[in-house]
Amino acid sequence: MTEPLTFTIEQFYKNINQKKLTGGKCLTCGKIHLPPRPLCDNCLSTQFKWVELPRKGTLLTYTIIHVAPSQFQKMTPYAVGIIQLEHNVNLPGIIKDTPLDKIKVGMPLEVELEEAPQSQHWPQWPRYYFKPA
Amino acid sequence: MKGKPLASIVSAGLSKFGKLEGLYAREIFAQAAKEAYERCPRLDPKKDIKALFIGHMGESYEHQGHTGAAVADWAGLLHIPAIRTEAACSSSGVALRAAIYAVASGLCDVVMVGGVEKMTHRSTSEVTEFLAMASDFPFEQWYGITFPGLFALMATAHMHKYGTTEAQMAHVAVKNHYNGSLNPKAHMQKEITLEQALSSRVIAWPLKLFDCSLITDGASCLILTRPDIAKKYTDTPVHIIGTGQASDTIGLYEREDFTSLRAAKLAAKQAYEMADVTPEDIDVAEVHDCFTIAEIIAYEDLGFCKPGEGGRLAENGETTLRGRIPVNTSGGLKAKGHPVGATGTAQAYEIYLQLTGQAEKRQVDDAEIGLTHNVGGSGATATVHIYIKG
Repeated sequence: MTEPLTFTIEQFYKNINQKKLTGGKCLTCGKIHLPPRPLCDNCLSTQFKWVELPRKGTLLTYTIIHVAPSQFQKMTPYAVGIIQLEHNVNLPGIIKDTPLDKIKVGMPLEVELEEAPQSQHWPQWPRYYFKPA
Repeated sequence: MKGKPLASIVSAGLSKFGKLEGLYAREIFAQAAKEAYERCPRLDPKKDIKALFIGHMGESYEHQGHTGAAVADWAGLLHIPAIRTEAACSSSGVALRAAIYAVASGLCDVVMVGGVEKMTHRSTSEVTEFLAMASDFPFEQWYGITFPGLFALMATAHMHKYGTTEAQMAHVAVKNHYNGSLNPKAHMQKEITLEQALSSRVIAWPLKLFDCSLITDGASCLILTRPDIAKKYTDTPVHIIGTGQASDTIGLYEREDFTSLRAAKLAAKQAYEMADVTPEDIDVAEVHDCFTIAEIIAYEDLGFCKPGEGGRLAENGETTLRGRIPVNTSGGLKAKGHPVGATGTAQAYEIYLQLTGQAEKRQVDDAEIGLTHNVGGSGATATVHIYIKG
């Protein structure tokens, strides 16, 4: 698992399809990368291993989107936020399964994984989302 | 090196900013170029200008890339080398720095630098999508996070950490609309009230319509020369004495702090040190108010106040036209408008007017030192420039 070009965004999403939320851990300096990357920005190593990340996190900040790109228009208004997982890694995403007025900075959230959309176009990536823990 | 002029502005041009129906980007740039030529009768553009640097963000708007050569041609400057730079909303801030490299290296005596964007012929939804391309695709755009959304994430964090309020953000909008009302080239030339700003429709909570800059068409340009030959072209040059540029993660989410832009702080530090000035020395500044929260964060990143005090600076009127440090006298991106590629050098155009006493109704008394702060995307690029009256 040390072939550097394995540690890609494409592979991160393939792992989501396998119901795994993963990051790339640098074997040299120990930094965990989410998204994974083929060259460690900290120590410039290309040696990594996959680690499964904890699904629980804390909401650092959020917004409620009212004006959206066409693809997301039918979902408006929707909440997006940035959560911090253990290991000090952050992840942005859509917050679901909660009334919008109940969302607060600091609230515990959990990462849920979705199926890949049926699409003929690039990218055929699945999405994850956040829901109250 | 400290405080030494790196390059000198001997002329500048700005098209009308607004909804310029039926015009193509290069045609708008021709208007800005013409003004710069007319302002500087001692310049022979075809003979003297040795290179063009042009900021332009998007091919999507007009289905047109390869902007450098096209704009050089329409500005009457064939066959000089023409270089297009792209760094989202700081495309022409970066072009300005590239132009300074050219002049300060001694490679070129005189260059033109500018920027252009034509946006208003597209729907708001399309523009939202095109602008979002300056953010991270796999983790931000893929989850429906828009540009107002990214700055809203910063606003929420700033409100949570420092108690900044929606009313304080609205004060930025009211101020910039007032300044815009004094600028005949501004897209929006009417004042707004605090109530109007606060009751406008939500775009990405906590940001409302009047917290957002405008979708605008426009072009801007400067003529830069080596400082030692500037007086050959004009008796009133403006010298650039500091330049700074830095980068940060493309994704906002990867940063340690959402209440400050590290790239802007680093760029400011470089520019202040090079210019040998402090924030207290700045008489007038044009900062990147793509959203009202961005202007509040800019006050803090540029050292006009301490971290967390930006909201109060706006509320207390310290950055108004007659305040302690006037910011965005042009109306800023908020009221003058934000044709993204044109913004960086449009900011420099306003500082050029201010430092040469040509800003008319919005003239800041005794302005001698000015600053521009231009941010790309959610802060993955920032440039800061410092100017002194020649």
